[in-house]
Amino acid sequence: MHKLLIDSPDKEMLLLGNEAIARGAIEAGIAVATCYPGTPSSEIPDNFFTMFKEGGFYFEYSTNEKVALEVAAGAAISGVRSICTMKHVGMNVASDTLMTLAYLGVNAGMVIINADDPLMFSSQNEQDNRYYARLSGLPMIEPKNAQEMKDMTVDAFDLSEQLKLPVVLRTTTRLNHLRGMVKFGQIRQIKSKGFFKKDPFHYVAIPAVSRNLHKMLVEKYDQALELSENSEYNQIIGNGKWGIVTNGVSLSYVQDAVNDLGIGDKVTILRLGFSYPMPENMIVKFLTRVEKVLVVEELEPVMENDIRSIAQSKEIVIPIKGKEKDLFSRLFEFDPGMVRRTIASYFGVPDTSPEVVDVTGIPDLPGRPPNLCAGCPHRAMYYAIKQVYGPDAVHPSDIGCYTLGVLPPLSMADIVICMGASVGTSCGISKATDQKVVSFIGDSTFFHAGIPALINAVHNNHKFTLVILDNGTTAMTGNQPHPGVDTTPMGVDTTQLSIESMVRGCGVEHVQVVNPLQVKKSIEAAKVSKDFDGISVIISKELCPLYARAIKKAKKARPFYVNQDKCKQHLDCINLLACPAMYIDDGKTMINEVFCIGCTVCAQVCPENAILPLKKLA
Amino acid sequence: METKRIVFVGVGGQGNLLASRLLGEACLSAGIPAVVSEIHGMAQRGGIVESAVVMGYATSPIVSKGEADILIGFEPSETLRALNKCNKDTVVITNIRPLPPFTVAIGQGVYPDIDKSLDLIRDNVRSLIALDGDELAEKAGNPLSLNMVMLGALVGSKVIPLDEDILKETISKTTKQTFLESNLKAFDFGVAASRVG
Repeated sequence: MHKLLIDSPDKEMLLLGNEAIARGAIEAGIAVATCYPGTPSSEIPDNFFTMFKEGGFYFEYSTNEKVALEVAAGAAISGVRSICTMKHVGMNVASDTLMTLAYLGVNAGMVIINADDPLMFSSQNEQDNRYYARLSGLPMIEPKNAQEMKDMTVDAFDLSEQLKLPVVLRTTTRLNHLRGMVKFGQIRQIKSKGFFKKDPFHYVAIPAVSRNLHKMLVEKYDQALELSENSEYNQIIGNGKWGIVTNGVSLSYVQDAVNDLGIGDKVTILRLGFSYPMPENMIVKFLTRVEKVLVVEELEPVMENDIRSIAQSKEIVIPIKGKEKDLFSRLFEFDPGMVRRTIASYFGVPDTSPEVVDVTGIPDLPGRPPNLCAGCPHRAMYYAIKQVYGPDAVHPSDIGCYTLGVLPPLSMADIVICMGASVGTSCGISKATDQKVVSFIGDSTFFHAGIPALINAVHNNHKFTLVILDNGTTAMTGNQPHPGVDTTPMGVDTTQLSIESMVRGCGVEHVQVVNPLQVKKSIEAAKVSKDFDGISVIISKELCPLYARAIKKAKKARPFYVNQDKCKQHLDCINLLACPAMYIDDGKTMINEVFCIGCTVCAQVCPENAILPLKKLA
Repeated sequence: METKRIVFVGVGGQGNLLASRLLGEACLSAGIPAVVSEIHGMAQRGGIVESAVVMGYATSPIVSKGEADILIGFEPSETLRALNKCNKDTVVITNIRPLPPFTVAIGQGVYPDIDKSLDLIRDNVRSLIALDGDELAEKAGNPLSLNMVMLGALVGSKVIPLDEDILKETISKTTKQTFLESNLKAFDFGVAASRVG
């Protein structure tokens, strides 16, 4: 049995934050779970994927976050509990649906898990999605640790049913990827079938209906506010004169700092776990008890501004600070030491932090940026394109492993914005310049957001080449399937779509499919595309080797070695491919036979044919 | 118990996330509160992987600069890079087998001298335990058991209140039968190496 399905209340387990959320969903008796994977949220749906059959609920990896949200909304409006998970930027994709779904509301509990990424461990921006609660009018809750990630997920469903609104549970990367003790609760029975009760004057958002719906949403704010005022997740802790307001993981940093500094009797902490609507009465009570306030929140001054506004409306005049020079930054994530130092300086107590060792003697260390894996087919396609188009072509790229091609010596990403933007920006760049444009998009990203832009390119006669790097999986986020994947080996019943047919269906007439590991053929395809005056697509089709190994489809291949008698140190292999299996030792080019998977690309590139297979299999 | 902040650093593929997770599991078995932090995603494509275990009553999942009680480095240049996690009372345990990053091969950086690096660490912290973890892992019969060697070295150093048996029990519960023997052997080699060091 999947460990998250074990029906024994009070069992304790060390769970990843994301596993805790998945367990919470199980305890809440979800009927439908949807997602588009994205770090730091991916392990939530990945756990659903490995247990949905056994758990008796429906799960899908949806094509993108907007679709995922709509699938979950359709289910919850039809009366069954649903959950939808995404990373913060996914919420942008889903936001069109989100804004009006808030008007419609739901009939059974619906929870949206939104994972923010302060410091951008794996994201293109660090937007603060607490604004989405304010923008949409939907309630937001923010857990502080693994236990609460589980508990709040369960409670969010009840809250959603009380308000008949989807509830947004917001995490940050630190919470998603911590492991902490979680005590299990009871598993609620799943109600898996609902009924869609027709009510067009509630569910068809035409202007006349929406005017009513918006009024209802505004009225629900008062009801949500009442629940927030009485929520166990909003708490005034202590009774000192120094006020600290905090949320999410920052609560741990604050509590540790207060203990370390020995100022527990001087401080009152206001912890906001049910963070939208903000509990106004509780905040007023807190403000009247303290002399000055420090707001400890990562990213934007969201609570700070709201609290200032509440203070102003009640004519409470005390210092309320947070995002300020010498205090907290709007940038990046916090850490315990930073929070301790800032609390110490704001309230004027000595800082007890230990001194960092003197690191001035450390030499400049070589960088260790993430790199495309040994044998990665993306590297081979980048090589072919570079050989044909040279260094001056412009390469819009997209979100995935292949974005790692930005680093030298590959240098094959010139502009990256968000999912699907490679295709749209290619249209603009090719129209505005005389430069050759060859853009790159992954297979999962193509399905997610590339298709409308490709149709646009065809319809408006744009001229560029789009390379679809089809490695048969959603590699960067952990090998999730997408519509182009045959999921039969995973024991799942889905329909596989052909990317080539999709591309032709979008109206592209010039389509080539190549295996990028065949270097000569790939170069030939690149040449043909360069000579074509219009929109052309190259589908670069080869399984991600990590994924191939995982599904036991890896081809048996011999690792390669460099024959030192033949090698004349052109270094094309090192300088043009940058494969992590290759290195230079004592002036000699070498291949690490443990890392080499025998993709043969370096051997095809070597002008001296000095790279040869070893006798044994990799 | 007194809070112990333990930082693990290594390179994608060396298994330090499993090591920190097992330590967290062992704390659970021993009834010691613990929280583990990891970073998944982009960082794992051959990049630097850092994780942390905070044992005791502190609730913050991460460890700030200068605040590690123990730093465990799976790769010597990464141990050096993470030295800013240490203060003068930190115990550092490091593998000495280099795994040079690709940037060295393409001439974008110079790999540091190991002996000088070890001296520099030794001069700045309470104590340094340096061992060839890869050699011990190979000797144990599984080159991928470096993480077990390093866990063994941590327990052998006696800087945390967990004994060998609890860790071995945790390893036994979570390891596939095929690798169990070599993993336990690797763990024992780590314990022994750390006692000598």
